[in-house]
Amino acid sequence: MIDSLFSWIDDRVALSRSGRHLLDKIFPDHWSFMIGEIALYSFIVLMLTGVFLTLYFVPSSTPVIYHGVYAPLRGQTVSAAFDSTVNLSFQVRGGLLMRQMHHWAANIFVGAIVVHMLRVFFTGAFRRPREANWMLGTTLLILAIFNGFLGYSLPDDLISGTGIRIAFSIMESVPFVGTYLAYFLFGGSFPGTAIIPRFFILHVLVLPLLIIGLLAGHLGMLVKHKHAQFPGKGARDDNVVGSPLWPTYAAKAGGFFFLTTGVTALLGAIVQINPIWQYGQYYAYKVSYAVQPDWYMGWLDGALRVMPSWELNLPGHMIPTVFFPAVLLPGLTFNLIYAWPFIEAKLTGDTAEHHLLERPRDKPLRTAIGAAVFAFYFVLFGASATDVLANYLSLSLNVVLWAFRVLCIVVPIVVFPVTYKICLELRATPGAGQRKRHNLVVRTADGGYTTIAAEEYPGYVKAELEPVALDEVDLVSAMAAEGDQGTEGVYQIPRDYR
Amino acid sequence: MPEAPGTDGAGTDGAGTEGAGTEGAGRSGHAGASVSTGAPQFQVAAKNPRRVEGAVAVAFLASLLAFAAFGAAFWVAASSWVLGVTLGVALSAFGFGLVAWGKYLMPQGPFEEPRPQMATTPAEKQEFVADFATRGKIAVERRGVLVKLMGAAGAVLGVVLAFPLIRSLGPRPNQEQSLYHTKWRKGAKLTSIEGRAVRVDDIEVGGIITVFPPDDLGGAFSQTVLIRVQQTGDIVTEPGRETWGPHGYLAYSKVCTHAGCPVGLYEELTQQLLCPCHQSLFDIGTGAMPVFGPAPRPLPQLPLYVDSKGYLRAQADYDEPIGPGFWYRGGSNGGPQ
Repeated sequence: MIDSLFSWIDDRVALSRSGRHLLDKIFPDHWSFMIGEIALYSFIVLMLTGVFLTLYFVPSSTPVIYHGVYAPLRGQTVSAAFDSTVNLSFQVRGGLLMRQMHHWAANIFVGAIVVHMLRVFFTGAFRRPREANWMLGTTLLILAIFNGFLGYSLPDDLISGTGIRIAFSIMESVPFVGTYLAYFLFGGSFPGTAIIPRFFILHVLVLPLLIIGLLAGHLGMLVKHKHAQFPGKGARDDNVVGSPLWPTYAAKAGGFFFLTTGVTALLGAIVQINPIWQYGQYYAYKVSYAVQPDWYMGWLDGALRVMPSWELNLPGHMIPTVFFPAVLLPGLTFNLIYAWPFIEAKLTGDTAEHHLLERPRDKPLRTAIGAAVFAFYFVLFGASATDVLANYLSLSLNVVLWAFRVLCIVVPIVVFPVTYKICLELRATPGAGQRKRHNLVVRTADGGYTTIAAEEYPGYVKAELEPVALDEVDLVSAMAAEGDQGTEGVYQIPRDYR
Repeated sequence: MPEAPGTDGAGTDGAGTEGAGTEGAGRSGHAGASVSTGAPQFQVAAKNPRRVEGAVAVAFLASLLAFAAFGAAFWVAASSWVLGVTLGVALSAFGFGLVAWGKYLMPQGPFEEPRPQMATTPAEKQEFVADFATRGKIAVERRGVLVKLMGAAGAVLGVVLAFPLIRSLGPRPNQEQSLYHTKWRKGAKLTSIEGRAVRVDDIEVGGIITVFPPDDLGGAFSQTVLIRVQQTGDIVTEPGRETWGPHGYLAYSKVCTHAGCPVGLYEELTQQLLCPCHQSLFDIGTGAMPVFGPAPRPLPQLPLYVDSKGYLRAQADYDEPIGPGFWYRGGSNGGPQ
């Protein structure tokens, strides 16, 4: 049955001709290569849970009276968007779980992209021929951040509405076209009634389609280039060493998808996220305390807080203060990320093709620059909690704000040389990062002492095997030789371990 | 012991096998393959596969039970956390089992495949360019008019997409005028969100209330904070505003001049208004000058008067655009009036 079905398909699409290479495709093994997978899998979780949410969410700001099960809100006038979000949380079976999983998956999605980019940066994986894929990935990060913002704006609750108000001000601040941008997106002045349906269609259709398309390109280029790999285990620039797609990688990656989904489900189950019924409906004249966006917008919020109150007055025109931290800073940031592969190639003069990754310590300058820049954004991220920190530490808001203003300049200046020095030290330490061997201190006959590295502990030594090219292996005869034992999978696994 | 893993030739042979494979040569085409499935690379990674088998079996069993529990919990409409925990445990255990299986019970490798360099040879480039250019030349040669017409049609499409379509998304900013003016008019009663006009004896000293013009209750741009700082007498915050604060009342735009949040927190002791979004602090006694934080300009003050029946009314609209700055906001004080 399976045989004839396979044969039927195979005769029509020549599966066995093209598919064999797919089965043999090698994926290098390293834990850090799984971070990008987390991003991919949480995007799948986002789509699955997101489809569920669209079945119940009403993208409209039409006012309705809340009549649901949540007593404190009953009788209040809320928007249909807010009403349906509360209802799908409390009155739809599994609704709250799906909503919380969706929100958690969004946070994990952006987080995994950022960590994945750090991995790519610090190991030099963006070098030729992967510059374009680095830029594609950066675009994916921007789209993910935008779509995250659109998503948490949709429930029309007090916190997200405040965020939309800030977004309107930021759009207005763009020179020349700012007010037009804002009015065209909002269909008029803030808040209007167009923004929820427009954000909805952007969030569930336009941006996801863009993300899917770019993701396909990202993965397609990965297949074309084949995965970069760390040196060692026979890895060279002209080969890929690791596990084959079938069955090893399929099992590991497939299992990892379920692990990612499982952790997201557990988070959605036991860690509350965005309880909009506690914030209430958004009204333009209401505001809450400790207003913070989702984590990936934190650096922008922090930048808005630490930015001094400078405003540029030109004859008849103005560049408002929010332009600098909320338009100029992200613009510079993402353009710097886009340009980095080319900047580095220019600085080092290295334009050769690279498929072997580098350890961060071996490129102290790149590592130090990356660490310093990342430290800057990390301080800005911390600055988005000035009010909470002031409360928590019983300090005045002034002290905390000024501390962050100083820190976002001082910390990168300190991080740069410290990182640089650590890299040099690590590089100069033989065997750094490898399993330590104990030393024997031996007293010699004439009274001196010397240390001798002890023998390697037997269990620690793993025999370094030469990589095997799979199409060198005659599996067809191996299957034939098994004969009467039947074919239990492609590999004959010797059982001599007993 | 099986044959030694003879992989010396594997890498160099790589380019050839890649090409041959796509042409449909089977594995048997590699007569005399140098590695058998008995090589150590095909042994499982685990030192003790029995134990791993046990662990994977336990994981799959746990997953099976938890999936069933999730189904049951869903059936009886259990609470959200029960659904999530059963689903999360089921998925995690399933994933754990698969990963352990793949990591420990499958051939340990390492395996390799050749990787072609991306850079092409000059000959390849030349052939491609020649193909593209010569065929392209044949196609467009002596068709200059067609090329230009096609380009013109495309350009018109581009312009149409850019202008009328994008233009139809919303009104022009200065048409609606809300950038420069609010709904406050001369004589507009200061009205609470419930629609009640505020009288001069409604608010105690230290009290604060958000007010709107009667025709724009809840308006995002005309929202105004009304604060009473003393029982009697006029409050003068700045020269030229001698009559703006009757009976100890001060009214300021509630829209922060930084990023537009409602300036909602009033500290009576210091007479300061705090914006909870980015912590700008405004001193209401001195015309809501920003004393701390990122706000660049004072909150505009609404001039008030008390009518003969004791109602608080606006003398006029704000004398400058309220809220955050924008490109067309001329200079420090206003724009087109």
